[in-house]
Parts: sequence; C-alpha cells; structure tokens
Amino acid sequence: MNSTAFCDNTLTSGPTGHGFYPYEANGGTAVAIAGEDFCVVASDTRQSNGYLINARYSPKAFKMSDKAVLANSGFAADGNALVRRLGQRMQWYRHSHEKEMSITALAQLLSNTLYYKRFFPYYTQVLLGGIDENGVGVVFSFDPVGSYGSEICRAAGTAAALIQPFLDNQVELKNMQIGEKPRLSLDRALCIAKDAFTSATERDIYTGDYLEIYIIKGDGVTIENYPLKKD
Amino acid sequence: MDHFSFNLGKPRHEMTDRRNIFQVDIKPRSESSTDPITRTQRPIVTGTSVIALKYQDGVMLAADNLASYGSLARFKDVERLYPVGEFTVIGASGDISDFQYTKHLLDAEMVKEYYINDGHVLGAPHIYEYLSRVMYNRRSQINPLWNAYVVGGYHNGEGFLGYVDLLGTTYKSSSIATGFGAYLAQPILRKVVEGHENTLSEEEAINAIETCMKVLFYRDARSLNKFQRAKITAQGVEITQPYSVDTEWSFAEGQ
Repeated sequence: MNSTAFCDNTLTSGPTGHGFYPYEANGGTAVAIAGEDFCVVASDTRQSNGYLINARYSPKAFKMSDKAVLANSGFAADGNALVRRLGQRMQWYRHSHEKEMSITALAQLLSNTLYYKRFFPYYTQVLLGGIDENGVGVVFSFDPVGSYGSEICRAAGTAAALIQPFLDNQVELKNMQIGEKPRLSLDRALCIAKDAFTSATERDIYTGDYLEIYIIKGDGVTIENYPLKKD
Repeated sequence: MDHFSFNLGKPRHEMTDRRNIFQVDIKPRSESSTDPITRTQRPIVTGTSVIALKYQDGVMLAADNLASYGSLARFKDVERLYPVGEFTVIGASGDISDFQYTKHLLDAEMVKEYYINDGHVLGAPHIYEYLSRVMYNRRSQINPLWNAYVVGGYHNGEGFLGYVDLLGTTYKSSSIATGFGAYLAQPILRKVVEGHENTLSEEEAINAIETCMKVLFYRDARSLNKFQRAKITAQGVEITQPYSVDTEWSFAEGQ
C-alpha cells in the first residue's frame, strides 16, 4: 500500500487542492564529447525554477575520479544526492579493492543505482564522460531510471534538442558529403562545445551564466570556465 | 475460505476482514490502521519572505516579525531569524511550527557536537549541509518540512550564504530571497550586490536591505513593517531589535 502512496490522491490533491509534488525542474544543459584519447564534459552553471534564476553559479558537473566526470540535469536536489551516493560507493570500492573504479564499472553502478529507485526515480538525466581502461575517450548517457548506452557525443538537459543535431553534424559528421572522416582534435571538440552553449544560451532561458568545461585526458582532469550571457 | 462466489477474484482487506465479510467498497473505516497515512500537505501558520546578501564584512539577513494564519495577521512578535552557534543565523519562511521543530533539531545537534568536545565547532557550511540533508530526507519520505530556509554565516574568513527548501533544493549565491522576495527583492539585491561582494559597505548593505523590506511591505499583503536584521561577520552574530522603516502612503489617498 505504501509503495502506491506516491501516485494516489493524498499526494496530488488535499482538501484545499494543495498537494506536495516532490520534484522540481531546475533546468540546465550538459554536453559530453568523446575523442580518441580524451573526453570533454561541458555544462552551464545556472540553476532555475520557472522564470526565476536561483543561482548563477551552481555547478552540475562533478569530477568523480581522475578518469571520470559526471554531469546531470533535471531536479538539482536529486542530482546532488545521486552524485554523493555514487562518490560514497566509489570510496567503498577504493577501500575494498585498493584501486579506482573504472568508468565502465562506474557506468554500470550508476545504472543500477538509478534503477534501484525505479518507482521513485532520481529525476535527472546523466552524462558520464571520461577515459576507459584502454585510454580511449568514452561517453555514457543515462535516462532517469537507469537505461544507458555508450556514445560518441551527447547533449542532455533543457537545450538538448537544440544542441544534439548540431553535435551529430559537427562531431559525428552526419549528413556530410565527405569520404574520409578526419579524427576529432581536442581543440575542435572544445570549439564545438563552446559554440553549442553560446548558441543554446540565446534560445533556451534555462541555459546561461557560466560554462564549465572538464577536459579528461590520460594525465588527469582540468577545468575551464567561460562566461555565458546572464539574461 | 470464501463461500460467496460473487466475491471470487475481488480484493479483500486481510488485516481487518479475515473472514471476508465485507465487500471492499462498503468496508467500515473504523480501524485506524485502514485510514490513509496523512502528512503535512499545506502550511498553517506561516512566515513570509527572508532576504539576505553578502557584503564586504560578511552576510546580512532580514525577516519581518509576522506569523500569518492564512490572511489573518495572527502573531506580530515572532522572530524568524535564529542564531545557531557563534557564526551562523538561519532565516525561516513557511510553516512556523516546522521552523520551531528545525530549531530544536539544530540545537540538539549543536549540543551533541559540544559534548564530543574535540575542538571542532559546526560552522555555517556544516549547518547548511545538515539542514539540506534533513530537508531532502523529509521530502523523500513525502513528509516535508514546509519551509524555505536561508543560512547565513561567516566561516574561514569569508561570508557564507545558502538556501534550502522543502524539496531539498539547495544553492549558494551572493544574494538570496525567499517567497515574494524572490520576485520583489531579489532584482534589487542583485543590482546592488553582483560583482561588489567584496566592496559593498555595511551602510550600503543596510540601505539595500531596508529598501527591499519597504518594497515588500508595500506589495506583499502577508508582510509587516516590523522586522529584524542580522549581520554575521568575523566578530560574530548581531541581530537587531525589531524596527520599522518610514513609509509614504499619500499617493494612495486620492489627492
């Protein structure tokens, strides 16, 4: 009986029509691009609620290890709770195995963690970017209940529909009339990420303020920060 | 065994109706265990906006002294700014009884930490973290504490300002306003504060706070022109006695 409490009428309509809805959309966009030996994970830092801007710098991308960065978009409180829980599981893993969890293992763990809450989900879209066991750049994307897949590039969040076609074209070179496809350089990936966000900021009111870019390479993670429009 | 064939395949409440006497739709609701679990579904006695900003010496907060009962201005001497430890103040909007419970929780936690006596004292970021976990945990049980809190403090040589609400949503910012203040005061605060966090003087900060409280009193029908202002600096917490700002109503007199 308790498991159905979430969808029965005690939740959505009290005697006065008031009710408690446990979710909120805090907006924001994340992009992840995998290269041959690097990965770029970029996200804006705005947190919104409807037409209100809560905060201009409230990052939603987190360094999980020297080889993995997680970015999420959706309900910020769930996103933060998820990242903390994952961080703790990674620490337990370090203590029991005396090594860092690989990104493929982390991806599976993340999927299980999300699915565990299948009937009261973490309302968040997750991108996981980094370097795998072979030193190759990888991106995994997840839906709120844990179904996931490996990709070359992915946009998630409020401006995903604006950015994804751009990435398909510029990163994966879809619909290009060219024979040999050149390999993607880090500089090119960074340019694409920045352009994607400056353009998305123009049209999506939930994206803006600052762009935070994580660059994951074999020798570690670096962060860059760029201003976006604040309107 | 149910001998009534028309009941076959129908659900049955096994806890209270072992012999399947009642049809489900005419079952008496006298057993308390069959009643639905009820939760806080709306706030009752409420406080309106809390506003806060960072300035060169630390953080400043303000909240009025009104606790409303719907549209009735029920209690006019309620303090919604509450010091926790030596360098933290929490400002509460929303349900006052949930706020009183939260004060009790935080005080108990401070006492617990004091007894450990290891030289560590909870500062603003720690209290903020604790409060956000309590709030997120309660929302995850669909039993929220119906509040929006502002945590202001001074820690490790700089001001701290954070927000936590009934959904467990959190953020840190150089200016924060809850409730109606998010619409009416936040634009004023942002104009004054953004980019000037380290140069804004105490006088300018007080000015901005008082302007905002005046605007809120003019337009928020659940507000009161009697409020307190707190500042948290390297010297500790200072909360003013309740006071008022001058208002001008002649434009509304039809002259």
